[in-house]
Amino acid sequence: MDFTGRDLVSIRDLSKDDILFILDLAAKAMPVARGDRRSRALDGRILATLFFEPSTRTRLSFETAMQRLGGSVIGFSDASGTSVTKGETLADTVRMAESYADAIVLRHPYEGAAKLAADFSSKPVINAGDGAGQHPTQTLLDLFTIRMEKGEIAENNIVLVGDLKYGRTVHSLSYALSLFGASITLVAPPTLQMPPEVLSHLRETGGRFNQAESLESVIPGADVLYVTRIQKERFPDPEEYRKVEGAFRVDNALLANAKRSLIVMHPLPRVTEIAPEVDSGPHCRYFNQAFYGVPVRMALLSLILGKGEI
Amino acid sequence: MRDVKVTPIKNGTVIDHITPGMALHVLKIIGIPDTGVQSTVSVLMRVPSHKEKWKDIVKVEDRELDKSQVDKIALIAPNATINIIRNFNVVEKHHVEAPDEVVGLVRCENPSCITNKPREPVRSRFTVACRDPLQLRCGYCERITTDVAKHLF
Repeated sequence: MDFTGRDLVSIRDLSKDDILFILDLAAKAMPVARGDRRSRALDGRILATLFFEPSTRTRLSFETAMQRLGGSVIGFSDASGTSVTKGETLADTVRMAESYADAIVLRHPYEGAAKLAADFSSKPVINAGDGAGQHPTQTLLDLFTIRMEKGEIAENNIVLVGDLKYGRTVHSLSYALSLFGASITLVAPPTLQMPPEVLSHLRETGGRFNQAESLESVIPGADVLYVTRIQKERFPDPEEYRKVEGAFRVDNALLANAKRSLIVMHPLPRVTEIAPEVDSGPHCRYFNQAFYGVPVRMALLSLILGKGEI
Repeated sequence: MRDVKVTPIKNGTVIDHITPGMALHVLKIIGIPDTGVQSTVSVLMRVPSHKEKWKDIVKVEDRELDKSQVDKIALIAPNATINIIRNFNVVEKHHVEAPDEVVGLVRCENPSCITNKPREPVRSRFTVACRDPLQLRCGYCERITTDVAKHLF
């Protein structure tokens, strides 16, 4: 399977076989990701990370992935120190970056920004989140987490809870889960339900899903509980945010009714939606999930920039 | 039900079988009144029609439409016909056809779409998600625009 030079803008750019291929390679990358083994697979290659919005895990794990493979990184984590403040367009910033680097990782507040960047760049562009739109590498690492922790992706009942309207991770993830035939339960306040276009896509592709308002009622049957933060920064109306702030809270009392094998995931950062007491319990996997971003991004960079070697 | 008599025009364009209620949007598309048209423009709204029960009609004297205008009309009035009149005769008649891909005609209804960011050198691009009623999927942010008439450039 040849990924050389390919863009990754949306999870829909990848087939199920593509995803499995990346996840298989990510599993092989684990010793290098942990630092137990060294790799020079991307020696001499340069990755540009253009982050127009704040990020901790995504940016650091891309940079770690590139450096673990022997490559190097240029870029910025805040557009305020760049020509963007002088009015430079994204198209121009991308054309500049492609002349300095072998691939571009982009996070941008506008939806569709990565698609625009891919249109203007002859070098591969990886979308690291565009506004409330797509975040395909987060989806890959979410799938990798489920595979590593549960053994398989299909045959799981996966509950997605929180901000399903503005939360980009759950949009991409639900597309991918339907591709794998997992059963999805969506739990959100009425004002933060999954957008109609995502639901219609799930219906078109034969995705198995149902919607619920009560988290308590779906916990006993859940294999994976995927919690998202209600993102204050995405709300056009602060009053709307106040109405739903703290709508769901995962704590040990709630998890008392869960299967022993239930895993709790979260793309992080969390605020109050998961109580700290859950961190040390048997269900917590969100810190493992954050680590899995490294082998997954290593696999992706190796396939796009190199020969798929780790 | 009485037939409506439409006064013939000598030269120009008759846009017939417009979806009822869309005539004023058609006028906007063809730049009336902004372009300072000197000739007569006739607008008929909610005219009885054998084919669609009701329709709108727009007649513009001494004007023929360009492709972009016809493409836009196809988006809001998919059953419209364009009749080119020369010397009182219909010399051309064709049905509009909504394209599978809509480029540079419609603004994405998502204000946070990169195509709405000022100064980015990008044209909006949509695929048709649904033909009836028309819904367009943005090729950049993937959101669906449902009120196409409101978002025409």
